[in-house]
Amino acid sequence: MEYQNVLTTCVYCGAGCGLYIQVLDGEIVGVLPAKEHPISRGSLCIKGWNATSFVTHPDRLRAPLIRRDDGFEEATWAEALTLVAERLEGIRDESGGDSLGFLASAKCTNEENYLLQKLARAVVKTNNVDHCARL
Amino acid sequence: MIEDVRAHVAEKLKELDGVVALRQTAVGTAPYLFREGDDLSQLVLEPRYPLAPIISLLQKRYPEAHFGVVGRGCDARALVEMAKREQVDADRLYLLGVACTAEEAEECHCADPAPDTELWPRAEMIGSPVEGGAPNPIVAEYEDMSLEERRTFWRQQFLKCIKCYGCRDICPECFCESCALEDPLWVERGVLAPSFPTFHLIRAMHMASRCIACRQCELVCPAHIPLTVLYDLIRRDVGDLLGYVPGADIAAPPPLSLTLEESPVQIELE
Repeated sequence: MEYQNVLTTCVYCGAGCGLYIQVLDGEIVGVLPAKEHPISRGSLCIKGWNATSFVTHPDRLRAPLIRRDDGFEEATWAEALTLVAERLEGIRDESGGDSLGFLASAKCTNEENYLLQKLARAVVKTNNVDHCARL
Repeated sequence: MIEDVRAHVAEKLKELDGVVALRQTAVGTAPYLFREGDDLSQLVLEPRYPLAPIISLLQKRYPEAHFGVVGRGCDARALVEMAKREQVDADRLYLLGVACTAEEAEECHCADPAPDTELWPRAEMIGSPVEGGAPNPIVAEYEDMSLEERRTFWRQQFLKCIKCYGCRDICPECFCESCALEDPLWVERGVLAPSFPTFHLIRAMHMASRCIACRQCELVCPAHIPLTVLYDLIRRDVGDLLGYVPGADIAAPPPLSLTLEESPVQIELE
């Protein structure tokens, strides 16, 4: 018998509204706005109010998928990341870093986005970096 | 005051399964189910969150359990309306009523800033009730307006709406399983602002005899629509026409849930 509210940041856009996820016995049962949050000050948009709807959604991907001849196949993270790294490296070496682009996300933290542009600029050697908040 | 509340909660936790109140941690303050042995120095009284829906949720999940709640006047009124609509079991609830301060009553324009502990089978009052705050001055300004000015006022206000549904989602009395505001028959999806005046007036009509003036809808509105003006007027009409004050009496049947024969207002049909 445990009911608590877990503070988090809405993942839907770059505004970064604060919300509480209501948790009853380990199960998400709702959302409450964070009234003391300096940005959202107790308000949310419709996405924030429904920010947890994907958590247990049956369509949610729970493992990386790799496209093979027969369509998508589930893979391990090590397998998927190794494939991505090899392909990026191959394209960079063959056609140059500017043949690649990196799309960051408003759903990520500043630090994660920093790391993505670092990967783009320092490793792949391209300035092709953009983000979904401009779309 | 807060030390009194914590002491009373500590005492009650010996016999209850848990007490719903606000908990302040390093990251912020939110509702929480305190259980015996929890750190009660984290129990605080602000900022206000509606606690009645959490009691309803817990009681439904644990049909044998007895919970307490540290509730203000608005929490208690919300619980009254939920109890008579079978969302809360009054016999399994212990109300630890707290009185709002005069400043809080003033800020909320609250006419009734303390719970009526007499209504509940098991309840106690902590602190002394203060006088109600002055009514919302915008209501008086509104009442001086002509019909055309009123329409313009609401048109301008409702034009700001971003359809977040926050007014509905935060409302302790909005517990219908299906909501008219999600029915495409009444509300067209993907269109902003919502059609005037239906969207807000559908909700307002559904809140008649339910709205207990907790002001949460207005507090969470990202567009700062003065919703309590609308709901103050609905409450007044429900009082004048049906003689009903939501939250005031746990035994009074909700007037819009009655048959015509049961209604306290009898209209002679020609």
